Amino acid sequence: METVVLDHISKTYEKGTVLAVDEVSFSVNKGELFGLIGPDGAGKTSLFRILTTLLSADSGRASVAGFDVVKDYKTIRRIVGYMPGRFSLYQDLTVKENLEFFAALFGTTVEANYSLIKSIYEQIKPFNDRRAGKLSGGMKQKLALCCALIHKPQVLLLDEPTTGVDVVSRREFWDMLKSLKKEGITILVSTPYMDEASLCERIALIQSGKILSVNTPDGIRRAYPVKLYAAKSDNIYQLLMDLRALEWIEHCYASGEYLHFNFVSDEQNLLAGLEEYAVSRGHRHLVVREIIPDIEDCFIRLMNEGKWLSEEQIHAII
Amino acid sequence: MKEYVIQCKDLTKRFGDFYAVDHISFDVEKGEIFGFLGANGAGKTTAMRMLCGLSYPTSGEATIAGYNVYTQQEKIKQHIGYMSQKFSLYEDLTVLENIEFYGGVYGLDIKTIKARSNDLLRELGLMPEAKKLVGSLPLGWKQKLAFSVAIFHRPQIVFLDEPTGGVDPITRRQFWDMIYKAAATGITVFVTTHYMDEAEYCHRISVMVDGKVKALDSPATLKADLSAETMEEVFYKLARGAQRSGD
Repeated sequence: METVVLDHISKTYEKGTVLAVDEVSFSVNKGELFGLIGPDGAGKTSLFRILTTLLSADSGRASVAGFDVVKDYKTIRRIVGYMPGRFSLYQDLTVKENLEFFAALFGTTVEANYSLIKSIYEQIKPFNDRRAGKLSGGMKQKLALCCALIHKPQVLLLDEPTTGVDVVSRREFWDMLKSLKKEGITILVSTPYMDEASLCERIALIQSGKILSVNTPDGIRRAYPVKLYAAKSDNIYQLLMDLRALEWIEHCYASGEYLHFNFVSDEQNLLAGLEEYAVSRGHRHLVVREIIPDIEDCFIRLMNEGKWLSEEQIHAII
Repeated sequence: MKEYVIQCKDLTKRFGDFYAVDHISFDVEKGEIFGFLGANGAGKTTAMRMLCGLSYPTSGEATIAGYNVYTQQEKIKQHIGYMSQKFSLYEDLTVLENIEFYGGVYGLDIKTIKARSNDLLRELGLMPEAKKLVGSLPLGWKQKLAFSVAIFHRPQIVFLDEPTGGVDPITRRQFWDMIYKAAATGITVFVTTHYMDEAEYCHRISVMVDGKVKALDSPATLKADLSAETMEEVFYKLARGAQRSGD
């Protein structure tokens, strides 16, 4: 069953001059942990605001748990839990006061659904009397999640909950989402960190208001249309320059300790020639191998290719 | 003989009983790309503020581009560039106005500013946008422009505070292309990031935990020392025991 449905949703700003969301369609199944993956300005927040009935789309239809975002907005507000990208709790209320306030808004009590928030809330309970504005980033994030869950929502909408948070807190947060999924809550979560995609069951890649692809993380990786290789040597930056200078290499970019690249054609075996070339350019400890693309490789492939700067442009800046 | 542009020894910042930065020591070479990582609340921002001449240390020593952090703060500011994702350009000034403003702040004469900004805009292909407000530019372009502006006065060191947060993967890599080029021309790059793949692009990185530098070496050595496959694993192993988790 589809719990969140977006059907050809478009949204413009500035009297129609800025197209933020362009005919977006996808759906999230009941109980699914679904990731919306894309950089700033991709349209993620607009989609969240449309789904939470805070913003109306210019065109298209959307529904949450079978309720229409326009007609049934009051019902939707009762059954979704929303964590906006910007910290939106009351900074001058304490942890406990914020929680009680949000429970009261939804006509419930902290006790009524305590089991749902217990494991998260207990981590911040020692700071019950501290004002929310004085909490650390990680603790604010946990309190916001508790407040979004306090009315036992059917659907949880989380807009970039892990942005700007360090690796340790990010891991903790994703562990929390996994346990919430076990409670049967449908979760739509957005992130600009492509490495978090693999923690979702299905993902939509979004860029400049358009959906690039919707699939399981594995499905997206398998759909990568060409062979992808990784290479490194004792001088990685020189290797990047050398590989980019070759006409028979289509794209080459850094990815962690390796460079990733494609050949313009996978028809012939160009690998031997490449190794010979690298050695002739003085590279030592050369490693080259075919790899399975990660989500970021797929995203780069799917993105508008005209975005690469020319050498001359880069040269001009420095 | 190695030439160091950042040297700090036992640099400390204390607020009451709280050691925000607790006796950190390291040197950064000319032309080096130095990654400055740490858990939330580890003290990175406080440390960077001292290194940029914006805040006095409680104790310890540091020289930046040869200038003393206690007595020559203004000199430091003139010889460094700074860019962050949160604050870089004025959205309600045009592209050209931003360049001229920063050039002026750093004391470049009008002739130099005009010549350099012309070259920069032409080569970036931003000439048609020169008179447009920066707020109307796509994020990727804002960022490239912000970096160009940060090194417009040819500083010895550029401090980049999470410069790539939230940008798309291609723009992020192009940003690193610019960092590499800048470093190759002798500009020292001091950079913080939450993207662990970017930590791999640094020559050396330091990881701060609870006010202290807990590890400092090349990515390859850190991975070997901690038996970690990736920098994310390195970071996790070093920071998971952190006591502090402030912003």
